[in-house]
Amino acid sequence: MLNNKGRPTQPVTAADADAAMETFTGNKGLNLESPLIFEQGVPGRIGVDMAEPKPVKSRLGGLDRKEPVGMPDLSEPQVLRHFVRLSRQNYAIDAGFYPLGSCTMKHNPRINEKVARLVGLGDLHPMQPTSTVQGALEIIDSLAHWLKTITGMPAVAMSPAAGAHGELCGVMAIRAAHEAKGESRTRILVPESAHGTNPATAALCGYKVEAVPARQDGRMDMDAFAAKLGPDVAGVMLTNPNTCGLFETDVKKIADLVHETGGYFYCDGANLNAILGRVRPGDLGVDAMHINLHKTFSTPHGGGGPGSGPVVLSEALAPFAPVPFVTHGKDGFDMVEQIEGPAAQSFGRMKGFHGQMGMFIRALAYMQSHGADGLRQIAEDAVLNANYVRVGLQDKLHSPFAGICMHEALFDDSTLKGTGVTTLDLAKAMIDEGYHPMTMYFPLVVHGAMLIEPTESESRQTLDQFIGAMGHLLDKAKAGEVDAFLGAPNFAPRRRLDETGAARNPVLRWTVPEGTDGGEVTLSAAS
Amino acid sequence: MRYMPHTALEREEMLAKIGISSIDDLFADIPEEARLGGLLDLPLHESEMTVEKNFRNLAAKNLSPYMTPCFLGAGAYQHHVPSVADHIIQRSEFLTSYTPYQPEVSQGTLQALFEFQTQVAMITGMEVANASMYDGATSCAEAVLMACRVTRRKKAIVSGNLHPHYRDVTRTTLQFMEFEAENLPPVLDRKEDFDAHIGSDIACVVVQNPDFFGRIQDFTALADKCHEAGALLIVVVNEVVSLGAIMSPGDMGADIVAGEGQSIGVPLSYGGPYVGLLATRQKFVRQMPGRLCGQTVDQDGKRGFVLTLSTREQHIRREKATSNICTNAGLCSLAFTIHMSLLGETGFAKLARLNHSQAVTLAEKLEVIEGVEMINDTFFNEFTLRLSADASSVVEKLAAKGVLGGVPVSRLIPDDPDMSHLLLVAVTETCSVSDMDQFVTALKEAL
Amino acid sequence: MSYWFTEDHEWVLLEDDVATIGISDYAQGQLGDVVYVEVPEVGADIVKGDELAVVESVKAASEVYSPVSGEVIEVNEDLEGSPTMVNEAPLEGGWFAKVKVTDSTEIEGLMDEVAYKIYVEGLDG
Repeated sequence: MLNNKGRPTQPVTAADADAAMETFTGNKGLNLESPLIFEQGVPGRIGVDMAEPKPVKSRLGGLDRKEPVGMPDLSEPQVLRHFVRLSRQNYAIDAGFYPLGSCTMKHNPRINEKVARLVGLGDLHPMQPTSTVQGALEIIDSLAHWLKTITGMPAVAMSPAAGAHGELCGVMAIRAAHEAKGESRTRILVPESAHGTNPATAALCGYKVEAVPARQDGRMDMDAFAAKLGPDVAGVMLTNPNTCGLFETDVKKIADLVHETGGYFYCDGANLNAILGRVRPGDLGVDAMHINLHKTFSTPHGGGGPGSGPVVLSEALAPFAPVPFVTHGKDGFDMVEQIEGPAAQSFGRMKGFHGQMGMFIRALAYMQSHGADGLRQIAEDAVLNANYVRVGLQDKLHSPFAGICMHEALFDDSTLKGTGVTTLDLAKAMIDEGYHPMTMYFPLVVHGAMLIEPTESESRQTLDQFIGAMGHLLDKAKAGEVDAFLGAPNFAPRRRLDETGAARNPVLRWTVPEGTDGGEVTLSAAS
Repeated sequence: MRYMPHTALEREEMLAKIGISSIDDLFADIPEEARLGGLLDLPLHESEMTVEKNFRNLAAKNLSPYMTPCFLGAGAYQHHVPSVADHIIQRSEFLTSYTPYQPEVSQGTLQALFEFQTQVAMITGMEVANASMYDGATSCAEAVLMACRVTRRKKAIVSGNLHPHYRDVTRTTLQFMEFEAENLPPVLDRKEDFDAHIGSDIACVVVQNPDFFGRIQDFTALADKCHEAGALLIVVVNEVVSLGAIMSPGDMGADIVAGEGQSIGVPLSYGGPYVGLLATRQKFVRQMPGRLCGQTVDQDGKRGFVLTLSTREQHIRREKATSNICTNAGLCSLAFTIHMSLLGETGFAKLARLNHSQAVTLAEKLEVIEGVEMINDTFFNEFTLRLSADASSVVEKLAAKGVLGGVPVSRLIPDDPDMSHLLLVAVTETCSVSDMDQFVTALKEAL
Repeated sequence: MSYWFTEDHEWVLLEDDVATIGISDYAQGQLGDVVYVEVPEVGADIVKGDELAVVESVKAASEVYSPVSGEVIEVNEDLEGSPTMVNEAPLEGGWFAKVKVTDSTEIEGLMDEVAYKIYVEGLDG
């Protein structure tokens, strides 16, 4: 029953606060606190000037709002200062090294932000007549061309809003293709090391998920895979390069085997960055693959979204793609929005309107900036950097799988055994050294996993310093200096947070404190 | 290439350190027959200056609603986005951070999410809200799945007056699961009647307010009917500014509110990215999809925020997760929070009143034109007109005159002769008197 | 009357034809701080091996499979307000559900306390 190891989520040591370090305001120099916005208002202020509504005869049918909403009133400078203060409590790729494995935290060029905001792009309404948005449709068509060329695939569905949404799109296309043939298949095979979204997606499409174990070398166990295949298998969902940072060397055989039994090959494209311009998934037998524009093509992660997850499709799956899509009409670009004509076999619609246009613009600008030559360089430098870190840390940390890795280096926690320091503690100590922690405890197939993805954006000097810092921390752990880890982080805006308390007694919104009318300014909020 | 720091010499030295002689050795695991020898058949890299020019040229091929009278709505609304909102979301610390899984260095994102959740719960009149979904349509589909989990029932009744994209996305999402959505036909001439459809096997009824045609309704009686049958009422709101003026879904007894938050802080951007809202009652919180931010304390007792109840989510629950969703609309929800904070109680109510007064002003000008009939008995800032001519050809004629004069209903509900003459017209604070007059003149000429 | 254990770390205590079910001290230690327990509905029919409950810590959710077949006649409603009982008293106040068993011989294949102790010691090696 223990499908995931527990780990401490409640601070373990008692607060050892140094009273001399406390300040009257709770602020500490440049570390500025801001209470909740709801604790800062004074009724009657306003942060947006607008015209006085002209008195008219109401057409609301008497269904007017009766009660106030309960929001605070603030002026513009207050709101600006509040959010500037909040921003400074975040780590960010612009500020430092962010080696989160599987997340591809690369540089986000600002030209992409600029062009996405141009008049005539950022302000277009999705329901404008297509004759008035030919430039927008050209962008979608052009991005589609780049994605198809990069992956060597004949078709692409542009509308999915994120990677997991793209997975849903791909697996729905697989299910629709089977149903069109009159087949009802029930199982999807997913390697144990897969992202959690893979089994969740397969389940949403009504499939039973079967996990395929990994081999000693971190690749999928081909014997186990072949044994699980059968006429009731709809397909396989494989991440390649996989979540251990390794290229699945048997990928073509996997494709052949699943095709022989009439199934389809879904490739999780989360790690496309590693192979840009070096190999095309279409040449490996892939039938569907989502592309995280927010990973490989640098659209900003934005603290958790929005993403964008177009899905490239093989000839076999293309007829089932969701609406809408752009076509070349006689008077320019056109758009198919209904399930009819060229979309007669479409499985449906994934989201409102036409997809994450703002992300399309940014991704296309990124691609144009790189070109065919730069895209290949991305993969080469990303893999070079990961291997440089792998080799740089090989005396300090243990790699569960030997040899060259792709875009990310995976280590286990065997070095920490007996030190009293866990992967989590090490990660929190990295914060004190000014780094964002690596991905931890994923993939699940490796004990205490640490997954480090430097990306191509980082210089050798940054990597050298990181390797030095990690070595220093690991030496300290092995020397028994446990306290430095258990108390970490010491230099972040907050120390370890009580996640257990948060989950046992969920407080998910602010409410008016008892005994107040909610409209007063409270000063105690920062602590 | 300006984005990659290594020099040729550094690459050589790094390869040597790794103990290999060429870059190709790093890619030796790729099957030989699949390796690409040369470059992809795509253009070579371009300077920032050239890229900017490329996009300026593309933008020039579009008719900007910012530069022209625009009366488009149908689920996406042109509102003024305060410059503070766009400035803050471009700050590096918000723009280029990841999902706040490391709370000690993500308090900025987390506190903003907590404020977002609170604002969404407040305006919808609900107890809790999540940290956002992809958009309104996907939020609607997720709300239906959630209702099925809560009630352990399998069938949803979907109003004919729900936005067609929301209907389609819901049907698409459910089609391969054990759940079913019954889509009722649109109803124009009377109140939609759900009584015959509500039974002990129904998980939920999904309605929209204001509905796709712009009409406002009180769903209190429907909520009671649903509850008597053990079903939930889902209310969809895709123009959230309306909540500053009209009764909230919570006041009507809704169990789940699914909404589109684009109107507050998020640019139109040709349809995305937007921000899906999902709010509900506290007692259903463990059946909610998506990320949730919760309040807690740190080791020193200071208030702080963390992502919580994550055992509902895919990265832990895998195939048993409440949803496969893995992102929220992070930056768009931040834009929403900033804009809403600037508005505050006073500004939100005023913005809503301003939108309504603008809409009434235009309606009074349009409904007296010969060949134009108002079908709405009520509306907020969007209404439906029945024209004497085919609405899509009228819209083309208006566009040729430089007026984006509404959305023909037939673009969203095709193949229905009743719909071919219907035009959806939305009016916001961005429309000037002269915009309205241009529209009136152009429409008279087009009919 | 004594505790019987499964390899998946559930325990069962059989009194007449009523089996009380929970998870072992070892299991709660592995899970860490329990934050929520999803218990079955009273009246549900359970077959041996079915999911009986889900026990959640902050970073993990684990299914608890029923070691016996029968009807759920009572669930531990105190867990809703104090899931911490699973950590503090896994074999007493931290029980999940009581099942009226249809076949009391189903527990025959399970480990007794001594056998389970040896089993758990083997896992940590």
